[in-house]
Amino acid sequence: MRLQAADLRLGYGERVVVDGLDLGIEAGTVTTIIGPNGCGKSTLLRALGRLLKPQGGEVLLDGKRIDKIPTREVAKILGMLPQAPVAPEGLTVADLVARGRHPHQTWYRQWSSDDEGAVTAALDMTGLADLAERPLDELSGGQRQRAWISMALAQGTDLLLLDEPTTFLDLAHQVEVLELVRHLHQRAGRTVVMVLHDLNLAARYADRLVAMRAGQVISSGTPHEVLTEELLREVFELDAKVIEDPVAGTPLVVPIGPRSRPAEREA
Amino acid sequence: MSATAVAPRLRGVRHRRLTVLSVLLAAVVAAVVLSVTIGSKSVPLTDAWHALTAPTGTENDIVIRALRVPRTVLGVLAGVALGVAGALMQGHTRNPLADPGLLGVTQGAAFAMVSSIVLLGVSSLLGYIWFGLAGALVASVAVFALGMTGGKGSPTPVTLALAGTAVSAFLYALTSAIVLLDEQAMDVFRFWQAGSIAARGADVVWQVLPFILVGLVLAAVNAPGLNALSLGEDVARSLGQNIPVTRAVGVAAVTLLSGASVAACGSLAFVGLIVPHLTRPLSGTDHRWLLPYSGLVGAALLLVADVVGRVVAPPGELEVGVVLALLGAPFFVALVRRRKPVRL
Repeated sequence: MRLQAADLRLGYGERVVVDGLDLGIEAGTVTTIIGPNGCGKSTLLRALGRLLKPQGGEVLLDGKRIDKIPTREVAKILGMLPQAPVAPEGLTVADLVARGRHPHQTWYRQWSSDDEGAVTAALDMTGLADLAERPLDELSGGQRQRAWISMALAQGTDLLLLDEPTTFLDLAHQVEVLELVRHLHQRAGRTVVMVLHDLNLAARYADRLVAMRAGQVISSGTPHEVLTEELLREVFELDAKVIEDPVAGTPLVVPIGPRSRPAEREA
Repeated sequence: MSATAVAPRLRGVRHRRLTVLSVLLAAVVAAVVLSVTIGSKSVPLTDAWHALTAPTGTENDIVIRALRVPRTVLGVLAGVALGVAGALMQGHTRNPLADPGLLGVTQGAAFAMVSSIVLLGVSSLLGYIWFGLAGALVASVAVFALGMTGGKGSPTPVTLALAGTAVSAFLYALTSAIVLLDEQAMDVFRFWQAGSIAARGADVVWQVLPFILVGLVLAAVNAPGLNALSLGEDVARSLGQNIPVTRAVGVAAVTLLSGASVAACGSLAFVGLIVPHLTRPLSGTDHRWLLPYSGLVGAALLLVADVVGRVVAPPGELEVGVVLALLGAPFFVALVRRRKPVRL
């Protein structure tokens, strides 16, 4: 297990969002967390990335409590991209990606050949080398998201947490970003945990799915095991048919409508 | 462009940045020469050199050594300090309209000065400045502490701005009440408020120098962290940056830099507001370059404005604070209208 949550309780002040949650992330897998709005999936991801301090329980990184490891050391093992990050205007792609080297730099040694190599490799892998000098705000949404992922790649961590990397992107750009994630996993052996809204893309691009509702893990396993008609009713309150994706062979959700409640049927 | 072409490009950028740095340094040197030679009594360059290297007690020697040199050195120090402080402040708050005065240093210094005159009978320039410095430091510590009570362990830009505005308004009210009751305090306050680097001797320079030097060191230490922070707190933390420490170091740097210059030269916070806007087109968003460039631009701007103030209304002089406001305000408006201020 690279990353583990044990009896985790998370919340903001009085409001508890996640309670008593256990989860393990295996090395070399792509795990996608799904669930309805407000189920605590982004909160969970923030806690896994030590951006949110648990109210109870613990997060273990390679078997050690993540809050006991110096944050700079964590940053060399685990990279996290929050939802819809904002860069200062005029920042170029190359400058953004170079900032991913922050945890490897000291005050007196700001730039090394290692840094240069990591930045070049990250730009190469995401196919952004040609756009390196362009300001971020001139890029398309998909390119911009790829630039942020390049920054996380340049950080050189083999664990990568992505919070809704496809938000605000059209379908083509969503696929573009997820293909990149798959590439990272297959070619570079990265372990990825991400939150996604689109169930069909989640099923296609994940090894493991974790379905959450109201701060609890309802089901976890392969997309085939998790994405069933019963689960959709229970977790999303959605009546749907699950058929085979004709392209990838993964489960494909075809919604019918909101779950009909017993009370409504009687009325 | 292939991957291999990225590396030379990065080196090219570095080369360009060093070139800009030397141009800015040259601009500061030129401004220094103007400031030493031009004034109500113009001194030829050769005489100025003579005064600096082998003074023989001529009238020019005295003018240069006792008046022009301290004035110029103070202008450079205050310009560097306010330029760097402004860039730090805008970086930490991610607000292009932030200036160092936001931390309450200006009103803190003013209040402490007039109180020291009225309550303690302080009457020397050096004395006022010590109190101004202390007032600036205390006010910004108060603002930082008030901003902290949001409960998150480190003040956010919003709580800092709110606390700064409240503390400044409170202190300004007290200062106004005092100067309306005391004529001597009013006199000091009037001239201090206009903002000037004139008529301050070498002793004032030595007085503020250590504070500004420590502030500059803290600013340099803060620059990489500020780069991470400019990507948002979440990204900064996942890059391994300790946010509360970064904020505290930044606030300490701004306090020392702006507190020292405001105490010595009066309210010149406007320098801190416009300099980063002038500098960003040259430096880009990298604070490791934005901060030093802003310091140099600030020094050149302050000295040139001071020289303009000396020649524009003979035989009198216009305070540098007044010149900066008169020239700077329209210029700033034009800048904002021409290209919208950068989102930080």
